[in-house]
Amino acid sequence: MESEHYLRIKAGQTETQYWRDVWRYRELFYFLAWRDILVRYKQTFIGVAWALIRPFLTMVVFTIVFGRLANLPSESNVPYPVLVFAAILPWQFFASALSECSNSLISNSNLLSKVYFPRLVVPTSAVIVSFVDFLISGMILLGLMAWYNFVPSWRILALPFFVLVAFAAAIGSGLWLAALNVKYRDFRYVVPFIVQLGLYISPVGFSSNIVPQQWRLLYSLNPMVGVIDGFRWAILGRGTVLYWPGFSLSLILVGLILWSGVMYFRRMERTFADVI
Amino acid sequence: MTKAIIQVENLGKKYLIGHSRKEKYIALRDVLFKSAKQTKNMVLRPSKRGSSYKEDFWALQNISFEIEQGDRVGIIGRNGAGKSTLLKLLSRITEPTTGQFTLRGRVASLLEVGTGFHPELTGRENIFLNGAILGMSKTEISRKFDEIVSFAEVERFLDTPVKRYSSGMYVRLAFAVAAHVDTEILIVDEVLAVGDAAFQKKCLSRMGDLSNDGRTLLFVSHNMGVLRELVNQCILLEEGEIVSAGSVDETISKYLSSGRQINDLSIDLSDHRNRLAGMKRILRSVSVRNSEGEYQKDFSQLEKISVHIEYKSDEPDTFLAGAGFILYTAEGVRVGGYNTYMAFPPPHKIQKDGTIIFRILPKQLTPGTYLLTVSLGSHQGALEDKIEQCIDFTVYPADIYRTGYLLTKEDGVAVLSVEVCMAEEPDRRYVSKNNN
Repeated sequence: MESEHYLRIKAGQTETQYWRDVWRYRELFYFLAWRDILVRYKQTFIGVAWALIRPFLTMVVFTIVFGRLANLPSESNVPYPVLVFAAILPWQFFASALSECSNSLISNSNLLSKVYFPRLVVPTSAVIVSFVDFLISGMILLGLMAWYNFVPSWRILALPFFVLVAFAAAIGSGLWLAALNVKYRDFRYVVPFIVQLGLYISPVGFSSNIVPQQWRLLYSLNPMVGVIDGFRWAILGRGTVLYWPGFSLSLILVGLILWSGVMYFRRMERTFADVI
Repeated sequence: MTKAIIQVENLGKKYLIGHSRKEKYIALRDVLFKSAKQTKNMVLRPSKRGSSYKEDFWALQNISFEIEQGDRVGIIGRNGAGKSTLLKLLSRITEPTTGQFTLRGRVASLLEVGTGFHPELTGRENIFLNGAILGMSKTEISRKFDEIVSFAEVERFLDTPVKRYSSGMYVRLAFAVAAHVDTEILIVDEVLAVGDAAFQKKCLSRMGDLSNDGRTLLFVSHNMGVLRELVNQCILLEEGEIVSAGSVDETISKYLSSGRQINDLSIDLSDHRNRLAGMKRILRSVSVRNSEGEYQKDFSQLEKISVHIEYKSDEPDTFLAGAGFILYTAEGVRVGGYNTYMAFPPPHKIQKDGTIIFRILPKQLTPGTYLLTVSLGSHQGALEDKIEQCIDFTVYPADIYRTGYLLTKEDGVAVLSVEVCMAEEPDRRYVSKNNN
């Protein structure tokens, strides 16, 4: 019994039990996510409806602006609203997860300065609310598919993989911003900017096929290009082709962002309580 | 052979203090601006590297001690002596700069009542959330749920959001959760200052029970009475170092008699260096005491602070009209003062020698250290003797509003007595929170 809870903390020494601690605090992860979800749907009057209205209206506006006014082509006869919505889904998940994640430490600062737990629990659990929103707005996609008599192919089974990539992208960049936000509060202005700009430089309102071939690899430097293309490939099925060089590049970048995000976060988290 | 459950070796914690203490975080602009400035300095005046605007501050240094299982240890010291930093290090909230410590058991720390409570969530939901934050598992919380609820006496309000709780209920619920954390080591900061007397008693007896079960307790308090009752060992910190450790009574009396001067309980004024130039030597001594007349330097916000001024004139024809004191914060801000001219109508005259006692009534000062200036005069405008800032005392927080809101230095200097009425409920009576 004694050896079970033996802990030695030495100045300047990296924590040896970090990942074991993260595992031990998995219930806190669950409870924080649960709190965020409860609070979110208790406080807002229309609650769940909010998670439906926002992506739906975005889809309508994008379909009109990009599909009708700009007359951009869809992919192999896929109805334009479905094309747009297959991208809005991961994009809104990424955008809201990124904001929640990067704000999470500041909004839980009272916890950080009063209780110990692996700090990684806070930003990662903050992402779960966005995932619930994602699942709810996924219902719109089902509705659209029924409306257009659109039957997905077997590829839809690969969707969870692309969801994981979206998670990795959101958490990776979220960790960076969360840690930076503690030290430099200016980063709270950076996040809305990233989200706003990102909406236009990611292929949300249009298909990434309209990007000229010679620029596509460069375009894939935006990791969300890979995620969105992956979503479209899985959901739209049939004629859609995945641009593999670009997708692999996005995937590598996402992996790099996640890895460096965790590293940076772990380096910074030792001083969070002192500066927050 | 039994090993100490807590073993601390040479522990130290250094903080960097910026020129402005308030802003702990940095704006990116400052960093960019500063590095631009430094580069410029390096180019223009290579000899003078941009002077660092930060200063090292050792909140704790050379801390070593051992605590055996089942011990109840009180940690005492003045404000800023490093008590809270020590608790934060041991609860792993912050990392040590030097040294190491070993814990042979799980730790739960209660540095604040209700950490992580969410006002929108119900009592039931908050019990689970707070329990998880304190390190309990879901099954553990479920098992103890009924116990927690009955300890907090909130059975009827379990499904009410805690934002509708009275402050008393809130504090009771928060403490109840913490009191049922099942760890070998419990670290408690001055949280018992909140809550009503009956509940405080309940909490104390609960903590006593816990330690009888073999739990180890670390407890910070300014309340010597509570400490004497609860702990069996004391550690006295002064300016970040341990100056005394061991028996409770010895350490407490050492603490009470310690200070910047060897004996500053009663300050000898006959030859004081802060006497203003040209003053007669009439003031003899000054001391601060509790309402029983015992010397004391730390006061709860609920205690009266007695200022005893002793004076004696050697010249037979001295005429004295009045005496008074002025109160300053440690930062030198003049808080206010009081004198016999205010207290009594003219004609003003006091005896040639004697003692004047001013009692500062409770609930007027926020926590912090205060300095006193004392003076005597032959007329309201004519000083005979005055000694600047010759004695200090410290005020520590208490639940003066009975809402669990503890004032800090950041709240200002004066405690305002205010009546409040919510505009949305015009029929509601004005509530005076302060003077009950």
